[in-house]
Amino acid sequence: MPVITYRDALNQALREEMARDQDVFLMGEEVGVYQGAYKVSRGLLEEFGPNRIVDTPITELGFAGVGVGAAMVGLRPVIEFMTWNFALLAIDQVINSAAKMRYMSGGQVGVPIVFRGPAGAALQLAAQHSQCFEAMYAHIPGLKVVMPATPADAKGLLKSAIRDDDPIVFMEGEMLYNVKGEVPEGEHLVPIGKAEVKRAGEHVTLLCYSKTVAQCLKAAELLETEGVSAEVVDLRTIRPLDLEAILTSVSKTHRAVMAEEGWNFAGAGAQVVDEIQRNIFDELDAPVLRVTGADVPMPYNKHLEKAAKVSPEKIVAAAKRVLYLD
Amino acid sequence: MATTKSARKTDTRTAEKYRAYLRQMLLIRHFEEKAGEAYSLGKIGGFCHLYIGQEAVAVGCLSQLRPTDAITTTYREHGHALARGIPARAVMAELFGKATGTSKGKGGSMHIFDASLGFLGGHGIVGGHIPLSTGMGFAFKYRHTDQVAVCFFGEAAINNGAFHEALNMAGIWKLPCIFICENNRYGMGTALDRATATWNIAERASAYDMSREVVDGQDLAEVMAAMERAVVRARRPSAPTLLEVRTYRFVGHSMSDPIHGHYRTKEEVEAHRKRDPIVLWAEKLKAEGLLDDTAMEKLEAEVKAEVQDAYDFADQSPDPEPEELWRDVYAPVGEGR
Repeated sequence: MPVITYRDALNQALREEMARDQDVFLMGEEVGVYQGAYKVSRGLLEEFGPNRIVDTPITELGFAGVGVGAAMVGLRPVIEFMTWNFALLAIDQVINSAAKMRYMSGGQVGVPIVFRGPAGAALQLAAQHSQCFEAMYAHIPGLKVVMPATPADAKGLLKSAIRDDDPIVFMEGEMLYNVKGEVPEGEHLVPIGKAEVKRAGEHVTLLCYSKTVAQCLKAAELLETEGVSAEVVDLRTIRPLDLEAILTSVSKTHRAVMAEEGWNFAGAGAQVVDEIQRNIFDELDAPVLRVTGADVPMPYNKHLEKAAKVSPEKIVAAAKRVLYLD
Repeated sequence: MATTKSARKTDTRTAEKYRAYLRQMLLIRHFEEKAGEAYSLGKIGGFCHLYIGQEAVAVGCLSQLRPTDAITTTYREHGHALARGIPARAVMAELFGKATGTSKGKGGSMHIFDASLGFLGGHGIVGGHIPLSTGMGFAFKYRHTDQVAVCFFGEAAINNGAFHEALNMAGIWKLPCIFICENNRYGMGTALDRATATWNIAERASAYDMSREVVDGQDLAEVMAAMERAVVRARRPSAPTLLEVRTYRFVGHSMSDPIHGHYRTKEEVEAHRKRDPIVLWAEKLKAEGLLDDTAMEKLEAEVKAEVQDAYDFADQSPDPEPEELWRDVYAPVGEGR
């Protein structure tokens, strides 16, 4: 199987879906002539032309709404936000238009659209460019929230998202674009709403998505050296949650740590923990712990930034606490 | 001889059309009066914004469209819905929140939709639907059709970022969009000159390299003529237009707002009521010999009966089933491409 980057896997998904369906188009800032701020759309302008690879002004609210309107009359827009930080300017269109249209029209008008772009912190980009908003979007009925961690999942989930009839918030990891992995060629679809066990284990479940998946896999390696077998479950989709996969794993290990990059308060992991305690309270041998980003705006200084971020060491420490090993 | 005969035939058809427009305006007026009544009886809940005084705008603009064109509008949209041909029964039932309403009772007064007529919503966030119509225009150009995307909004929406962002893109890409600003002078209770630095709204179009016109919204003939020109520009090759249609709301902003409130005087409202679009149009038809008192009375009676029928239908219709709460949040499983 070819080994390619997460970035190129996304590019492949876009290319294949645009070739498959004339109604699919890509719109956003710098997606065409510039070849994408993060080069996800490299080569697409040359292949599909300016009618389908559409450069916009810096006008997030406007082009998000243009995408929703185009979807309401049958097109399948992929709207790229240069980063999800900038998508805050467009949130009225994502929440009040895209997420609500089917319901308030009594099922007459759906919005098959993908909003995509990088989310989370990179390196030393400070407070306005280092944020995780998945909990905010996952809060909204009508939206689906997808966050792939690997190149194969990035391709398979983006293809599924484009074919889906509902509005999808598709969050890529800014620090994942250069990550390499095996990616199936051609038709490779990963279903939305399905988690995956990325590593099997017995003593504790590490729940994660996007960037924290690699951190949990690293943590599992560290735990193994101390004789602890950790299972790593990649949620892949935040909404709808794959409850079955989560509960199956935790029922087996009886202990769990939820790792997420975003802030602690009302984070996506809080919902996961709530589901666990409500559904399988009697299976638990310890409280479920969460490892999250620090509840502060992201600082610029690299030592402070490191202190604010999730790390494999922090996940290991939490795992030991739920195992009563520390 | 043949020419005269055909001209006479055309005149008859035109006369019929003109009377049909009068009927549409009367229908909106009586529908809205009835909706106001139903609101005070507690049969309609939430917010309810009436269109009384602005009837010529919806009727005049929508008279120039084809069934395949797409329309979005604001939360003051009962008039547009009726002018587009959505049955009064379905609109009234939606206001009543009933299962027989356009959105099965889940949208209400502010969210009337009929996808089969390209009526893509009453929208509740000021200015938020302007980019949506722009996207519809984008889709029509993308598919090389000659459909037109029409967007109605109030003058208060022009100070919203969505207006600027959307019209700029429509200008850059020369989209088949018609932006209709219904300038009724007040955004809720804030007068235009307290909210907008430049008084001439149509002039905003110059920032977007867009055609523009200022139209007397109380004069149906003027509205139709301006809209006809805008539609020609939009159809092919496509070019957008901003129409500033000057009109006046004869009633309060919503049912909770008295007719003139603290922000305008009774005298001002009375002065504007003298230019009632329905009266002006009826007088014009009478002057041209296309309407007499008997025909007018007959129309009024017909329209009143239609509105009463819509009211009774809505009143007697069932509420949505409890399971309806959970439907239409997401697409049915198994759909998609």
